[in-house]
Amino acid sequence: MSRVQIGLQDNDESRYIVAAIEEDNPTAIVHYEPALIRIENEGHLQINRESVSEQMGMDWDVQSIHVNLVTLTGNIDEDDDYFRIEWAN
Amino acid sequence: MEAKKLNVKEKYRLLTRDLDWEFSYEDRKEAFPYEEFEGIKITDWSKWEDPFRLTMDAYWKYQAEKEKKLYAIYDAFAQNNGHLNVSDARYVNALKIFLTAISPAEYAAHNGFAFTGRQLGGIGARIAAQMQSIDELRHIQTQIHAMSHYNKHFEGFDEFSHMHDRVWYLSVPKSFFDDARSSGPFEYIVAISFAFEYVLTNLLFVPFMSGAAYNGDMATVTFGFSAQSDEARHMTLGLEIIKFLLEQHEDNVPIVQKWIDKWLWRGYRLLSVVAMMMDYMLPQKFMSWKEAWELYFEDAGGALFRDLERYGIKMPACAELIAKEKDHLSHQTWWTFYTFGHAAAFHTWTPSAEEMDWLSEKYPDSFDKWYRPRFEMAAELAEKGERFYSEGLPQLCQTCQIPMFYTECGDDRPDDTCYRSTHYQGERFHFCSDHCKDIFEDEPEKYVHAWLPVHQIFQGNCGGADLADVMKYYKLNDGAVNADYMGSSDEQRWKALKGIA
Repeated sequence: MSRVQIGLQDNDESRYIVAAIEEDNPTAIVHYEPALIRIENEGHLQINRESVSEQMGMDWDVQSIHVNLVTLTGNIDEDDDYFRIEWAN
Repeated sequence: MEAKKLNVKEKYRLLTRDLDWEFSYEDRKEAFPYEEFEGIKITDWSKWEDPFRLTMDAYWKYQAEKEKKLYAIYDAFAQNNGHLNVSDARYVNALKIFLTAISPAEYAAHNGFAFTGRQLGGIGARIAAQMQSIDELRHIQTQIHAMSHYNKHFEGFDEFSHMHDRVWYLSVPKSFFDDARSSGPFEYIVAISFAFEYVLTNLLFVPFMSGAAYNGDMATVTFGFSAQSDEARHMTLGLEIIKFLLEQHEDNVPIVQKWIDKWLWRGYRLLSVVAMMMDYMLPQKFMSWKEAWELYFEDAGGALFRDLERYGIKMPACAELIAKEKDHLSHQTWWTFYTFGHAAAFHTWTPSAEEMDWLSEKYPDSFDKWYRPRFEMAAELAEKGERFYSEGLPQLCQTCQIPMFYTECGDDRPDDTCYRSTHYQGERFHFCSDHCKDIFEDEPEKYVHAWLPVHQIFQGNCGGADLADVMKYYKLNDGAVNADYMGSSDEQRWKALKGIA
């Protein structure tokens, strides 16, 4: 399985997104680099609107990921309720 | 009755349906004249979809939010004399390279995407390219704004645009984008969106920007990550366009493979300067070029190419040579700039003893054996007041336009300079590598008239025969912007600002 990766700016908003990612993707590894949070996982990684909203205590729009997103790898599948990256190999 | 709220997929479908139209009385081929000449076959544009499904309203909303955040930080940076918080003034020289080499390339990318955003026949791809065109314009604007603060305190920033069109090493990024922009729309998008953005720009905008943060440069890391948040979308466009082309027709596979082979190599050569910026120009070291290459290319790019195998796409052959060059690239590039530092628009220096130890640790197989003795000797000479500068002008590669300093790493002879040449229409052309030679031989007409800065100087087209004349032509303030950092006006100003004796 290839690893997928997502990078987010290290800031207050991302903190909640990362907490939601850790909750929904228990095997994900989180690296804290200068100004950047980089998260890796085998095969796929999913961010759920519900989990992030729960963490933030407010409704979170999946498309607002663009504001804090730095980089990613993998094929993207995005809908109103989730954002997913995945390699098929 | 209350209108039903549309979900993202429906909104995007409506956007891409409503902005396109059938050509009922005009010839579609005349509307998209560049769609066929590259040999690419498209059977159904409607199969192309942006996985982000970004509609115009969402695009403007999130871009505005990014800009607001960015400019709040610029204000804070300027109001609080942020330049005083960088680790050392040597660091600022990396920013000079950024502004003169990379920012104008953002403008070239803006121009190229305006072209593809008009010429691609599918509405989804056109919208994505148009958004990217606007993004690239945002990137050069935000970069100029960020650097304008440094321009008040340091040399070498003010004439970046004039320099980009003339200075010898800046012809490297300029000719890279000229090559891409003078291709057809499909080659352009494979070159920039896929090979450059998807496979390579992470190396510039992620570890280098983390390095900027690590060195206390709040303005640069902020524009870097703000730009890179657009890049995440650009990378997606790159991957989608590749998959789309490969799914549309099997005849597209060899054409796309050839473009990937070419542009991965062209992009990698261009990143030589980034390798040097990471290893030699960040006073606080964060990640070596080699580590970044392993993480962002070998690991992430490896996964990507395994994913593309099902379409018959292979990892470009040049990856083997690149893997061998990773132990040498940054050292050879910095040495070249160090020895031609009298003709550059930024300062160079020999690494300190601690920095050399860090390089030994990060490059155990190469630094102590091949490069440490050179830098120690250079430091000794400088100490004696005999700072070494190369007297001549370097030979340039006809394709990548980089001085021919690379060595035979592929053959495990890192001490032998690599020279290749070929004949075309009775003339001999020179190259830094087999890959640059292959690119030339595939399309010689495209490269024979390359504006090679060294040739232009010798032909008398750059202000005169002396260095002082050429510097004037470049609008470089000789004695202020160039040469060693030690004893420079930047150093003096920094020491005065920081109260160092």
